[in-house]
Amino acid sequence: MAEPLLDIRGLKTWFKTDDGMVRAVDGVDLHIDRGETLGVVGESGCGKTVTARSVLKLIDMPPGRFEAGQILWQGRDLIPLSMEEMDKIRAKEIAIIFQEPMTSLNPVYTVGDQIAEVIALHQKLSRKQAIAGAAEMLRLVNIPNPQRRVHDYPHQFSGGMRQRVMIAMALSCQPKLLIADEPTTALDVTIQAQILELMQEMKERFGMAIMLITHAMGVVAETCQRVTVMYAGNVVEEASVEALFGDPRHPYTQGLIRSIPRVDRSAEKKQRLEAIAGTVPNLLEPPPGCRFAARCKFAMDVCTQAVPPLKEVGPGHYVRCVL
Amino acid sequence: MQVHRVSRQYVIRKLLIMIPSLLGISIVLFALLALAPGDPFDELATNPAVPPEVRAALRAKFGLDDPIWMRYWHWLIALLQGDWGFSFVSRMDVSTLILQRLPVTLVVIGASQILAIAIAIPVGVLAATRPYSLFDQIANTFAFIGFSLPTFFTGLVLILVFSIQLDWLPFVYRADISATGWEFYWEHIKQSIMPVTVLGLFQGAALVRFVRSSVLDVIRLDYVTTARSKGIGERKVITRHVVRTALIPVVTLVALQMPIVFSGAVVTEQIFRVPGIGSLLITSMLSNDTPVVMGVTFVSACLVVFFNLIADILYGWLDPRIAFR
Ligand SMILES: Nc1ncnc2c1ncn2[C@@H]1O[C@H](COP(=O)(O)OP(=O)(O)O)[C@@H](O)[C@H]1O
Ligand code: SF4
Ligand SMILES: [Mg+2]
Repeated sequence: MAEPLLDIRGLKTWFKTDDGMVRAVDGVDLHIDRGETLGVVGESGCGKTVTARSVLKLIDMPPGRFEAGQILWQGRDLIPLSMEEMDKIRAKEIAIIFQEPMTSLNPVYTVGDQIAEVIALHQKLSRKQAIAGAAEMLRLVNIPNPQRRVHDYPHQFSGGMRQRVMIAMALSCQPKLLIADEPTTALDVTIQAQILELMQEMKERFGMAIMLITHAMGVVAETCQRVTVMYAGNVVEEASVEALFGDPRHPYTQGLIRSIPRVDRSAEKKQRLEAIAGTVPNLLEPPPGCRFAARCKFAMDVCTQAVPPLKEVGPGHYVRCVL
Repeated sequence: MQVHRVSRQYVIRKLLIMIPSLLGISIVLFALLALAPGDPFDELATNPAVPPEVRAALRAKFGLDDPIWMRYWHWLIALLQGDWGFSFVSRMDVSTLILQRLPVTLVVIGASQILAIAIAIPVGVLAATRPYSLFDQIANTFAFIGFSLPTFFTGLVLILVFSIQLDWLPFVYRADISATGWEFYWEHIKQSIMPVTVLGLFQGAALVRFVRSSVLDVIRLDYVTTARSKGIGERKVITRHVVRTALIPVVTLVALQMPIVFSGAVVTEQIFRVPGIGSLLITSMLSNDTPVVMGVTFVSACLVVFFNLIADILYGWLDPRIAFR
């Protein structure tokens, strides 16, 4: 089998706080192949953002630290790299966009300047050429009047337009991987669909892989080929989209799928939309054994004795559950 | 990266706002001094050699018996025409007197502000980028000490050490330096060192802590993470994306502190006998020289308003969101 583009093995990213060690990411394994879209799902607080930022080493250290694991980028481990070496990979090979388009752009520079900053650096162009490149990127992400808008400031754009700007910036150096950390969560529903569609279009154009982080299962079903389900700093299930929705194995995944609002259900049934009872456990002192045990209706004694291993239940379908 | 241009409209609006403030200041000032006890003619009145008719004629000539609003109006018109009155004590025009004294004060204050900013920005930024490091702790300690010691104390310590013990620097500021050429400038620099240091360190100490907290506020914002993800290097992340925004509140603080700087300068000028407008203000107050007190106060007020204008323009230049409103 060909080597994956990104292969995260046993990653542990912990934070030292006044209250103790927060095990935000506590043994995550996931991989992304060239050109594929991997969905990373899980409730808020499961460690999705920390995983994503760990890849580009955008975690503040201290308080954060890599406790264990490897982040293999085309076979090369990123964890031991210096920040200078990381700077050669950032934007050029791996780009990232964030949840909050309203605060992700610097308010004091024009969007053109901010996009041109990346282009000028990685493609060794003059400022003027880079601004022209920025306008071209704005055109690609369907921002009207790109030649004029390139000189506008972020506060002159709406949330959806700013996310387009972020996408334009992220793609300006044609990275091999785009990490999108809940890119639509902060946007209106209609705008969400447009942004997802744009990402799809860009993917077809540039052929990059996407790591799409979301807590919306519906988004995953529409856009991804494979899915990694995270719970409390662990991966609990990994499968192709078809396998995951057709045959979800982990009780947590089953809960997530049951909580998808579906338009084809009748109004009265929609009312009984099931949310998973309980909340994500404290990552300070994670309970021994399966972290989902406190909320799982199948929980047994064995579940709390040791963390269940990830076992293969079908081709490329892994699940961390004793059942 | 390109810096944005402040719109002309914004600058004009800010300039127009200055006019009512200056008028307001002039009214308050005039009223305070006109109502204050003490009459420049007291001395003439008690002098038996001056006959009452002459006194009355003089009072009429100087308009001292007119209604107060008339006196204000005349005073303002004269002020605008550059006629700032006559100092009864120094026997020269107030404007001449102020122009003689102002440059020294401006040089001392300007140099000390530059010193303060030149220390505070790099130290504050470095401290904030390495919070709780040894450097940060040392910087914080020095800032605290510098801020707690009053300028008259540090001034006296400097005089004791550098003038009296070591005899490196003169402790009285002389306006009448006879040397020419380079030596003239060298003498001036030498005698400015201590007043500038005292004022600059005091201001700088307060500013360091402010810069540090401002940088700490900005450094955890989302767009700084975006900047890091661009691979432009930590140095550019800090200078372009952090410092630039963190300086916006610093500019405001520096401008708002100008009145404090001026009052600090009055004290410093007294300690080092700097012949600036601070010492002019004190001597004219002690000798009841009303036109000079008014002139000096008005000039200081104008300078404060002017620095506010500068701050507003810098503010609009640093933060495009402001100038667009
Ligand atoms: N800088 C930090 N210091 C301490 N804890 C942190 C820090 N960043 C994230 N965490 C913790 O890590 C956990 C996972 O967070 P996150 O990755 O943002 O979750 P998600 O993106 O899945 O919603 C949370 O419990 C959060 O409190
Ligand atoms: S291991 Fe046990 S507690 Fe955990 S999900 Fe499976 S059945 Fe539930
Ligand atoms: Mg998140």
